[in-house]
Amino acid sequence: MFKCKTSAEVGGMGHSVKRKEDARFLHGKGNYVDDVKLPGMLTMVMVRSPYAYAKIKSINKEKALAIPGVLAVITGEDLAQYNLHWMPTLLSDTQMVLPTDTVMHQAQEVCAVIATDRYIAVDGAEAVDVQYEPMDPIVDPFKALDKDAPLLRPDKEDQKDNQIYHWERGDRAKTDEVIANADVVVKERIHLPRIHVASIETCGCVASYDKDTEKLVVYLTTQAPHAIRTVVALVAGHVGLSEEKIRIISPDIGGGFGGKVPVYPAYVVAIAATFLIGKPVKWIEDRSENLVNGFARDYHMDCELAATKDGKIQAFKVSTLADHGYTDSSANPSKYPTGMFSICTGSYDYEHAFAELDAVYTNKAPGGVAYRCSFRVTEAVHAIERMVDKLAAKIGKDPALLRLENFIKKEQFPYSSPLGWSYDSGDYEATLKKAMDMLGYDDYKKEQAQKRKEGKLMGIGISTFTEVVGAGPSKDFDILGIAMFDSAEIRVHPTGKALARFGTKSQGQGHETTYAQILAEELGIPYTDIEIDEGDTDTAPYGLGTYASRSTPTAGAAAAIAARKLRDKGKKIAAYLLEVSEEDIEWEVGKYFVKGAPEKSKTIQEVVFAAYTNIPPGMEPGFEATHYYDPPNLTFPNGAYICVVEVEKETGAIDVKRFVAIDDCGNIINPMIVEGQVHGGLTQGIAPAMYEGIEYDDEGNVLNGTFMDYLVPTAVESPHWETGHTITPSPHHPLGAKGVAESPTVGAPPAIANAIIDALAPLGIEHLDIPITPAKVWEAIQAHS
Amino acid sequence: MIPANFTYHKASSLKDAIALAESLGEEAKYMSGGHSLLPMMKLRFATPEHIIDISKIQGLSFIKEEGDLLKIGAMTTQTEMEYSDLLRSKYPIFGDAIKLTADPSVRNVGTLGGNIAHGDAANDQPALMLAMRATVIAEGVDGQKSIPIDEFFHGFYMTALEPTDILVEIHIPKASKHSGGAYHKVERKVGDYATAGVAVYVELDDDGVCREIGIALTNVSAVPMRVDRAEELLRGKKITDDLIGQAGVFASEDCEPTSDLRGSEAYKRSLVDTITKRMLNKALERARQ
Amino acid sequence: MKHEITLTINGQSVTAEVDSRLLLVHFIRENLDLTGTHIGCDTSNCGACTILLNGKSVKSCTYLAVRADGAEITTIEGIAAEGTNHPIQQGFHDQHGLHCGFCTPGMIMRSIDLLNNNPNPTEEEIRWGISGNLCRCTGYNNIVKSIRQAAEEMQKEKETTV
Repeated sequence: MFKCKTSAEVGGMGHSVKRKEDARFLHGKGNYVDDVKLPGMLTMVMVRSPYAYAKIKSINKEKALAIPGVLAVITGEDLAQYNLHWMPTLLSDTQMVLPTDTVMHQAQEVCAVIATDRYIAVDGAEAVDVQYEPMDPIVDPFKALDKDAPLLRPDKEDQKDNQIYHWERGDRAKTDEVIANADVVVKERIHLPRIHVASIETCGCVASYDKDTEKLVVYLTTQAPHAIRTVVALVAGHVGLSEEKIRIISPDIGGGFGGKVPVYPAYVVAIAATFLIGKPVKWIEDRSENLVNGFARDYHMDCELAATKDGKIQAFKVSTLADHGYTDSSANPSKYPTGMFSICTGSYDYEHAFAELDAVYTNKAPGGVAYRCSFRVTEAVHAIERMVDKLAAKIGKDPALLRLENFIKKEQFPYSSPLGWSYDSGDYEATLKKAMDMLGYDDYKKEQAQKRKEGKLMGIGISTFTEVVGAGPSKDFDILGIAMFDSAEIRVHPTGKALARFGTKSQGQGHETTYAQILAEELGIPYTDIEIDEGDTDTAPYGLGTYASRSTPTAGAAAAIAARKLRDKGKKIAAYLLEVSEEDIEWEVGKYFVKGAPEKSKTIQEVVFAAYTNIPPGMEPGFEATHYYDPPNLTFPNGAYICVVEVEKETGAIDVKRFVAIDDCGNIINPMIVEGQVHGGLTQGIAPAMYEGIEYDDEGNVLNGTFMDYLVPTAVESPHWETGHTITPSPHHPLGAKGVAESPTVGAPPAIANAIIDALAPLGIEHLDIPITPAKVWEAIQAHS
Repeated sequence: MIPANFTYHKASSLKDAIALAESLGEEAKYMSGGHSLLPMMKLRFATPEHIIDISKIQGLSFIKEEGDLLKIGAMTTQTEMEYSDLLRSKYPIFGDAIKLTADPSVRNVGTLGGNIAHGDAANDQPALMLAMRATVIAEGVDGQKSIPIDEFFHGFYMTALEPTDILVEIHIPKASKHSGGAYHKVERKVGDYATAGVAVYVELDDDGVCREIGIALTNVSAVPMRVDRAEELLRGKKITDDLIGQAGVFASEDCEPTSDLRGSEAYKRSLVDTITKRMLNKALERARQ
Repeated sequence: MKHEITLTINGQSVTAEVDSRLLLVHFIRENLDLTGTHIGCDTSNCGACTILLNGKSVKSCTYLAVRADGAEITTIEGIAAEGTNHPIQQGFHDQHGLHCGFCTPGMIMRSIDLLNNNPNPTEEEIRWGISGNLCRCTGYNNIVKSIRQAAEEMQKEKETTV
């Protein structure tokens, strides 16, 4: 286990210090985008399409403009004059800012009403008269490639059908051969439905352009302020918005989960509006606008898993159809259109795998948001973990035993996976065994056998997942060509207190505390003496932001290395102050001392003071350092989750009795925060497993676009989570740490699905797609009785 | 989401409110707790020109037994009912329902009268009122009137109330020595409207024979409904497991659910069967205590 | 149409002119600049806008400002003296009951009402008691612990003052 090197007062790694950022939130003093109020600020409200697919025949602004207080109605035609009506997506597709002729999904932005206050703006939006000519939409992605399907994107020159791209990885022929000759093959089509991040704060912005200074300031709900600044400069450079004149401020963010990475059309319209009108413009999404725009998941995966009759896994194949909506706006690294989906071979040691994917256009909202998941890892893990359970059921082997027999062994790391990843570290057997012990696995197996004799439905489900997070090494990972490094800049003031700034942006993860703890660990300066600042592109160093569990793997590493640069400088100063040579100086947390004479020492604070007051001859004054960290590899956190459920035959009701989660995220900076992240991720795991999913009717209407029907779990649905850890440090991360916050979202759904399906197994039920609701369970029971 | 423009009027007395409603005409709506009406106005499903606030009218919030009746004032909030000692000790059916209605903050504002007067078969109190054979007391242009609950619900969001009528009080036959009620609904998550809900109220004589029975359903029909056939089956009999089973079947056959996001028609009918049986047993257990 | 209303907010009397349709949450946030009360859903499902109205937790997104005439309103900004914590705020800090902080004010205001009605709630009662307040970050485990800590603390305070 991890042993703390620092005292509780210093609060370095391993200490569960309380969060430094709490006070403002507890007292209602947080500063979220909707709290920003600027002089003369106007409000923008979007008019949205009631149809999934329609020609716009006309937009009549007259009635809206007649309302006192309505200042402007901005349409696609208006933006077209500045060539701002389309914008590029991160994956080389194009997305409408506002349409000039066709709407492609329900609730697409049609035009914007700018007014002096939000009540008037809403009235204005009601009064805009838009005439549509509805067309038959493509809702089912399996029909998108039909010969008679309408071509959804005739605006794209090379587009002859509705396929966006084909992607594949692995050896198709060899994998097919192994599957054809295997003793046992299990197959399933698995759908991970569209879901929404549904952060409690929706998206929004306040855009403010000053015509005198030519400076654009945008307060924005964004997880990646620097990348957004560059995107704005690229999109709007031709109208005179140059990157040094753009300032993106990401204030407090009320939950991100990936949903605040994309550039939404309304942001661009708000920027255009302030640019044209010269007054600040606020846009805040309401919940129903939020839920029907920007989705996650929506993969239909045809899986095949081959094994020997004893259950030794030999090959895995998965062919996926991905429903991207009308444009591919996935916020993925450029070279990874399917994200890290090729992690789908899982935690198991076998040679052959093949994954392919076809992405198609439909008349649905774009998104492809990496919802609390390092780009499609959730889909990948669900596929392999469901299939491993299906294999266990088929050959009648305990799914825990099957996993233990197939795991990559501790000594095999670094492990080259069949689809090309180099797993850094793990001890999968120890992690699963710890989870089984904590649960009392064998006792539950006995209880289950007894209950089955009584005709009761009880299930135990396991998920032993491997995540891949911390994008990423510059040779492979970029967004719009910008390498996915991240940064830290440390300034230690003369009195020994520090300010550190980062290219990332916390949305609740607790960066103001954990980054301070990393610096406390490295410099011995108490974490309480270190201020952390992020989110303002005018002050923070450039970085790619916070998503994909990348903050600790990238910016956390940058902090450690920048601090080590300072420590090296401090060593020279200490040698000067102690009048010995540098080689004679040793470091222990917070202090330099002379080798063999520990009484001769200087504290870090004394050394820092000297850097400003008693500078060694020839040395550059000051005590500041910056580091841009380009990780050598990704980190591979992993875990073993076990869920126990009981299902009531008459009603299909599902009762989650226990849920044990053991995570291995390497060395832990703040155990309290890590545990909190795991709890939160688990509730976001049970959500799609049992409650959430965006539903469409045949006309492409979203059926559950409010919190009345999009069922975010409350404290009642959320079980009492039981958590624990094993620690296998990352060998390549300077702190031995890995990302963690996404593991539970990735790992929980298959554990829950496996448990429910295991409960139903005596009835002959072999698979159910999530969300597995009581209604769905009841229908399945009827179909099997 | 913001309501369309309207004019707000505060009524200080029933007389005042009714006079206002009469003078403002059809475009006026009463608002008590506002937790049914205001959400519809924010979605602009409802756009009344005038809102008459009746929540400030004094004397409409009470829970008491008087003579043969339990009387509850229309403006009594769900929370007041939840914490009422009288209801907790003698009418636990209210506790069953209220725990499953919306959430505590909504219940702090939402009123019994509003829950009934909205005429929504998805609300929970209508089934309770049907099961307990309540009488609705309303005040209107022509003074007070009593409306038996079976004549109250007319259609989708439609009731026997005239636009100028205000629901002021609910009368329920007082609990007898051997009476008991129970309510349960299956919901997709806590606070949701019912996928299906069943209210049962039973009164036994000293020999354990069913003297009166009420069985009513939530959100499985366009209008809050009573299961007459099941009631007739049980009334005047000693209730056995077989009869309970048959009553469940009748309820599931007679309800009129539609398939929607909450589940298929068949699933809902099956739930009605199961819950009816369970609530009959629970109500009987309480009646026998 | 404008209406003059007078109400008490966090102990201070306020008089204002409001439109009939102005929602209480907007009155609090925009007219009074008390931005600790948040908006999360518009349909009274999420509870981010929860305040105390005459001591009871109420979702201020589903309440007309004009109806608050004469009421006593408490928001997150008014439950403890500047620089100090109400026991529930302390509980959330000690037990890591918040991540992004957006639901936190509503969650705390709801908890005050919960503990008023039930000073010693079980885990089950707490979970049902906050079921009208959504949190997307914490998974609720630590919110439950936060409220338990506050309950114990407030019980102790009561015993020492009696």
